[in-house]
Amino acid sequence: MLLLVAVCATSVVLARDPLRQAMVASIYGLVLGILFFVFQAPDVALSQTVVGAVALPMMILLALAKVRGGER
Amino acid sequence: MSERVRLRVFAVAIAGLLGLMLWGFAGLPDFGDYRGPYGDILNRVAVPERSTTDVVTAVNFDYRGFDTLGEEFILFAAVIGVASILRALLGERTRRPDDDAAGRHVPETSLTIRVTGLGLVAPTILVGLYIVAHGHQTPGGGFQGGVILATALLLTYLSADYMTLRAVGPTWLIELAEGMGAAGFALIGFAGLIAGGAFFENVLGKGTPGELLSAGTIPLNNWAVGLAVTGGFVFMLSEFLKQTLTRRRVRHRRRHGERTQA
Repeated sequence: MLLLVAVCATSVVLARDPLRQAMVASIYGLVLGILFFVFQAPDVALSQTVVGAVALPMMILLALAKVRGGER
Repeated sequence: MSERVRLRVFAVAIAGLLGLMLWGFAGLPDFGDYRGPYGDILNRVAVPERSTTDVVTAVNFDYRGFDTLGEEFILFAAVIGVASILRALLGERTRRPDDDAAGRHVPETSLTIRVTGLGLVAPTILVGLYIVAHGHQTPGGGFQGGVILATALLLTYLSADYMTLRAVGPTWLIELAEGMGAAGFALIGFAGLIAGGAFFENVLGKGTPGELLSAGTIPLNNWAVGLAVTGGFVFMLSEFLKQTLTRRRVRHRRRHGERTQA
């Protein structure tokens, strides 16, 4: 599980395209949430899952949409 | 600085960091080896004292309720920050969201996404409400449930369109929820003072552990925080959407206007 989190975190850093990076970050958030759950911290796991896997990538996507709309 | 020098500085720095990290990790206590007294004390007293079966929530909304008040206003300040950064700027034109001007291409939402999304809205709201309501018994609480509730509104946007989102959650309602939640949480804290105790003292009856109506002010706090978090997140998302969908800079027109003035 720890190894999986490390792999996911590294792939977030290595993803070059911001759009793809947002998606990888979402998966990373979910995996980190599962890690917290495995380590018996369900409260933190819930927070991590909702924020890391849903809210944060959403904000990034909306910001990207704005930036790309302005370029057009 | 040439590339070789830069690499050398980086190598020294990373070696130093690695060494310090390994040294630090070696000194950490083993997994599950807990030495602080507070966790053990709380684990013992939380259930009989506060009738909560979730000690984390008891700490967040009762024993350290004051800290949570600070966190609550971090979110509040963040929402205000987003609102002031994303406000309509000078030289930006706000277009009506249902404006179907030529050249504006709106891709049609596929039927699969529509049906799946709309079907998920009700269960998402239910899960969110459940997590807020049972914060004092099971993991979760106002914050987690609030974000889930906010995603339910987001699902409306994804599966229907922006106009539907505006109809379901008008701005005044969202702002009201955010403000009332944040104020409500602070007022529940003052209730402790009014009752003659300390700020955030749990003044209500504690009830039986495990029942929905138990743990005194903790579920009330959860509801207040849930309201504030839902309002805050939906507000931020809808500000972003408003910015993305309805605002355009009008460069040409503005330059033209300046020229005629001069």
